[in-house]
Amino acid sequence: MGPNLFTNYGEAVSAILFCIGFTNLLLQTNLIKKIIGLNIMDSAIYLFLAEKGYIAGRIAPIVVNGVTSTERYINPIPSGLVLTGIVVSVSVTALMLSLTIRLYTRYHTLDLDEISTQLKKEGK
Amino acid sequence: MSRKKTAEEYQKTFAFRFFRWLSGEKDPYSGEVEMQPQKEYQPDPEAALRREKEHDAIMDKVYDTEHNKWMHLFHRLYQATSILFCLFLIALLLVTVSYLPAIGTVTRPVNNEVSGRYIEKGLEETGAINIVAGMILDYRAFDTLGESHVLFVATITVLILLRLNKTEKDEAEVNDRRFEPKNDAILQLVATFLVPIIIIFGIYIILNGHLGPGGGFSGGAVIGAGLVLYLNAFGFKKTERFFTEKTYKWVCFFSLSFYCLAKSYSFYTGANQLHSVIPKGTPGAILSSGLILPLNIAVGLVVACTIYAFYAMFRKGGF
Amino acid sequence: MTAFQIILMGLLIVCAVSVSFSKNLLNAILIYMSFSLVMSMLWICLESPDLAITEAAVGAGITSVLFFVTLKKIHAIDASEPDTKEEKENE
Repeated sequence: MGPNLFTNYGEAVSAILFCIGFTNLLLQTNLIKKIIGLNIMDSAIYLFLAEKGYIAGRIAPIVVNGVTSTERYINPIPSGLVLTGIVVSVSVTALMLSLTIRLYTRYHTLDLDEISTQLKKEGK
Repeated sequence: MSRKKTAEEYQKTFAFRFFRWLSGEKDPYSGEVEMQPQKEYQPDPEAALRREKEHDAIMDKVYDTEHNKWMHLFHRLYQATSILFCLFLIALLLVTVSYLPAIGTVTRPVNNEVSGRYIEKGLEETGAINIVAGMILDYRAFDTLGESHVLFVATITVLILLRLNKTEKDEAEVNDRRFEPKNDAILQLVATFLVPIIIIFGIYIILNGHLGPGGGFSGGAVIGAGLVLYLNAFGFKKTERFFTEKTYKWVCFFSLSFYCLAKSYSFYTGANQLHSVIPKGTPGAILSSGLILPLNIAVGLVVACTIYAFYAMFRKGGF
Repeated sequence: MTAFQIILMGLLIVCAVSVSFSKNLLNAILIYMSFSLVMSMLWICLESPDLAITEAAVGAGITSVLFFVTLKKIHAIDASEPDTKEEKENE
């Protein structure tokens, strides 16, 4: 065990959130809950990235009074990356939800086990 | 040397009869054995139904998941294994986190010269006060262009998956009405007040993307949310006056191609050390920071249209 | 500020766990919505206001609306199911 577990509490929380989302993906049979689990995993990754760029005692990367010194602002790169990621995760969610609707119109259930049983009964 | 026979002669030979028998064209017993005339096959609907039922019963028995002991055992085992695996993963990740450098310190390897350069030269080189906006729309603009295309492609894929034809669409609209309060007075009154405010706030966020927090993505999402509220309150008849599939097509086409051309120009001039005609302006003014403001507007339009399109397609399978 | 951050992170974990244990799908979606809201507060604590605005508009707003519409669509399919069955029998 390293020395920094309790100082890195943000990263620890993001690791736990990631695993909760992953457990959701493994154990839930409901498709919508699986999608929510994937979204939680997304958020955990974003939290991890943002914690990387955070520096205590500094302000957000918006220039105040024309001061452009590195000692004043936090790291802007993770913010940019996460900004891109959040919007992409919405389109991924929309895509998965539309696939869910298609599956529901075909099989009339949201349960993945039932869907696979019906698939086997049809002989595919 | 072979002799040429006529067709009649050939048909009398042994070889012809043998090969005809071999290929089964003529039944050798026909005409020589007494036979009953065969009945014509008639499909029996009841028997077919019975067979189908039997098949279903067999399939139900084979895939009887509720009374299958092994299935239950496997299910239990799967659950236990996945919980154990996730606990193991949590432990592993926590141990890894405990060895990472402490949060909030300057000496982390993430805070290297790249971010230093963005902070120190960002204002001077891009003219944007918001360093993040300057970064994602100037230094890393290709990234953002790709992301806008991801949104566009996602909309098209959702359209492929959920699209309905004309009659189905009318049916879906009727179904839609059954679950939606039509002409709800409270909702309409609230929407009349809120929608302009929401949309103006979204425009403010987009236009101030280079001066403060915000930008194309968040502003576009706010405008899209306003449009969704308007649609919920007043129905598709009102929104179809200004937003149809054609609007979406042209807005996305013009925004994405404008983004592409503008950034091509700026990358071309930048790479060849040419003088760019786009003025930087004074930092802090609304018309400043070169291309960032128009690019923010383009991205905002794409995002707003995409979000409205998602919602409309989920509601009734089309715009 | 640190205590506030820790409270928010605890809320995040509570929300994430209760999503898995909620029986009702609508409840799960609402809990996910509050998860996104807590997340957007956390972005402010981490000094990234850009992310906070985007998360509040996108995560708490648009994603949940899409989930709601999906649920409604599924109920609509359920309600129109007897009609399609009758049609099949008629065929």
